[in-house]
Amino acid sequence: MTLALETRGLMKSFGGLIATNDVSLQLPKGARHALIGPNGAGKTTLINLLTGVLAPTSGEILLDGRDIGSLGVEQRVGLGLTRTFQINQLFPDLTAIETVALAVSERQGRGGDWWRRVGTKGPVLEEVIEVLDRFDLTDRMTEQTRYLPYGKQRLLEIAVALATKPRVLLLDEPAAGVPEGEREEILNAVADLPKDVTVVLIEHDMDLVFRFAESISVLVAGAVLTEGTVAEIKADPRVKAVYLGEGEV
Amino acid sequence: MTDITSSLPPVARAGRFLAGEARWSWLEIGFWVVAFGLAFFFRSNHLLFAEIAILALFAVSLDIILGYAGIVSLGHAAFFGLGAYTVGIMARSGWGDPLTGLAAAGVTAGILGFFTSFLVLRGSDLTRLMITLGVASLLHETANKLDWLTGGADGLQGMMVGPVLGRFSFDLYGTTAYVYALSVLFVVVLGLRILVHSPFGHALRAIRDNPLRARAIGIPVNRRLIAAYTLAAVIAGIAGALLAQTSGFASLDVLEFHRSADVMLVLVIGGSGRLYGGILGAIVFRFAQDAISTITPQYWQFWIGMGLVILVLAGRDRLETVGRKIVGRALPWIANKEAAR
Ligand SMILES: Nc1ncnc2c1ncn2[C@@H]1O[C@H](COP(=O)(O)OP(=O)(O)OP(=O)(O)O)[C@@H](O)[C@H]1O
Ligand SMILES: [Mg+2]
Repeated sequence: MTLALETRGLMKSFGGLIATNDVSLQLPKGARHALIGPNGAGKTTLINLLTGVLAPTSGEILLDGRDIGSLGVEQRVGLGLTRTFQINQLFPDLTAIETVALAVSERQGRGGDWWRRVGTKGPVLEEVIEVLDRFDLTDRMTEQTRYLPYGKQRLLEIAVALATKPRVLLLDEPAAGVPEGEREEILNAVADLPKDVTVVLIEHDMDLVFRFAESISVLVAGAVLTEGTVAEIKADPRVKAVYLGEGEV
Repeated sequence: MTDITSSLPPVARAGRFLAGEARWSWLEIGFWVVAFGLAFFFRSNHLLFAEIAILALFAVSLDIILGYAGIVSLGHAAFFGLGAYTVGIMARSGWGDPLTGLAAAGVTAGILGFFTSFLVLRGSDLTRLMITLGVASLLHETANKLDWLTGGADGLQGMMVGPVLGRFSFDLYGTTAYVYALSVLFVVVLGLRILVHSPFGHALRAIRDNPLRARAIGIPVNRRLIAAYTLAAVIAGIAGALLAQTSGFASLDVLEFHRSADVMLVLVIGGSGRLYGGILGAIVFRFAQDAISTITPQYWQFWIGMGLVILVLAGRDRLETVGRKIVGRALPWIANKEAAR
C-alpha cells in the first residue's frame, strides 16, 4: 500500500535552533491524524516544510509515493497537498465567492483566463457553491472577506483549501482564536470533511483531538516524542508530562 | 430587489453577483459619451485633451501592476520611453503608419517588460522601487549614449507620422490626436474591463492581498506577475508611442524620472486598483498643473506636492465620502444609481 503522505528524516534548523528534528511520518490514505505538542514544538514549521514554504535542511517528503521535495508550493497544491493557516491568510478585498472561485478556476485549468469573466465557462460556480454550502457560508458570500466575522473567516480558511480538492489536507489550528461557543461549528466542519481526504489536524484542545483523530503524533522540541492510537497516547505518561502537564488543555 | 434575488438558488445568485460587478455603470457610459463628444467642442484644447488621454493610458498601465498586482514601480517611464523611441525611429526611417507603429512599440516595450519582470518578482517594496528606478535610468543613459540612433540630448528630429488608418492626418488643433488617443484608451479599457473580472484579474488582486496564500491555493504567482508586468509594459509602450506620434517628437524627456513619478502621482490622486482611477487622476493632475502653473509658474510642483500631502494625510476615503456627498447634493440621480449598485 502506498502512503498518502510520508516523510523520512525531515530536519530543519534556523541557525542554531533545530525546529524539526528527524521527523518520519507515515499517513495512509484517508487517515485522520492529529499533530499535537506544546507551543513552539515545531508543528507549523513542519507544515511549512511539507507544503514547500520552507526548504528542509535534509530529509524527504513523499506524496502518494512520489518525492515532492523539489516542487514549489503551487505545484504541490496541484498534486493534492493543501494547507490552512493558524493565523488567517485570506484576501481581504475579495468576497467569499471570488476567493473560492480562484481555487476552483485554478484547479480546472482556467486560472490564466483573462478574456472571460470568472465562472462563465465550466462548472466553476457549481463547485464554489458546493464548497461554500458545506461551510454554511452562502449567506454572506457577496461580502468582502474583511467584513466577515472571525468565525466565518476561519471557515473560509478551510473552504478555500478544500476547493483545491486536496488528497491531503493539513489544518493548522483551524479553531485558533475562536471563542468557546463557536468552536463546535468549526470542528464539526472538520469532522465532516470528505472521507477520502487524508487530514492532518493541529489542535491544542485535547477533547477535540481525541474526538477527531484516529492516530496522533506528539511533537516536542521539533522531534516526534511518540505516536500511536488515541488510546495509546491517552495512556502515555510522557505525553501527560510534557504536554498535558503544561496546562495546555 | 433583495426579495427576488435571495429566493434564487445560490449558484444563480453567485452568477448574478459576478455579472453585476462587471456591469457598465451609468457614470462610466456617461464619461465615454462626454469624452468622445468633446471632439466636437473646445477645439483649441484638443492637444491638451490628447495629452490627458495619453497620460491616462500610461496611468492605467501602471494601475495593472501597482493597483491590481501590488508591484510598486518608480521606473515605469522605461516602457513609455521605449515605446516613444520605437515609433520615433520607425517614423524617421520612413515607416510612419500610426497603428502598426503602436503595435511595434507595444512589442518592444513588452519584450523589455518580460525580461525585467524577473527582477521584480521577489523583494520588498523598497527593492522593487530601486530596481525599477535602476532599469529606467539605465535605459535613459543608453538612449543618451546612442545618439546616432536616438539623437541623444537633441531628441529625435524629422519624424514623419502618416495619417491614422491612411485617412485622418494629424491637424494643428490636435483633434485627430485627441480622437486617436482617446480611441486607443477606450479600446484598452474595454479589454481591461474584461481582464479585471476574469480569473486572471482576480488572481492578481489575490496576489496583491496575500501572495503567501495565493500560492497555497495553487496560483502560480510568478507566472501571473510576469504576465501582468509584461502587459503593463505593452500598454505603457503604446502610451509612449501615442505621445511621440501626436507630438511628432521624441526626446530623452520621455525616459526622464519625472515621468515615472508623475504617473505614480496620478494614480495616487485618482485611486489605484479601480481602472478609472488613472483616468480621473490624469484629468485632475493635468488641469491642476495647468491652473497652478498659470498662477505661479515656478512653484506648480510645490502645490501639487502640497495637494498630495493633504490627500495622504486626510485619506482618500474621507475625501471621497465628502466628494460623494457634494455630488449627491448636486446630482441626486447619479448618487442614487451608484448607491443601488
Ligand atoms: N522562520 C523562522 N525563523 C526562525 N525561527 C523560526 C522560524 N519559524 C519558526 N521558528 C522557531 O521554530 C520553533 C517552532 O515554531 P513553530 O511555529 O513551528 O511552533 P508551533 O508548534 O507551531 O507552535 P504554536 O503551537 O505556538 O503554533 C519556534 O521556536 C520558533 O520560534
Ligand atoms: Mg503553530
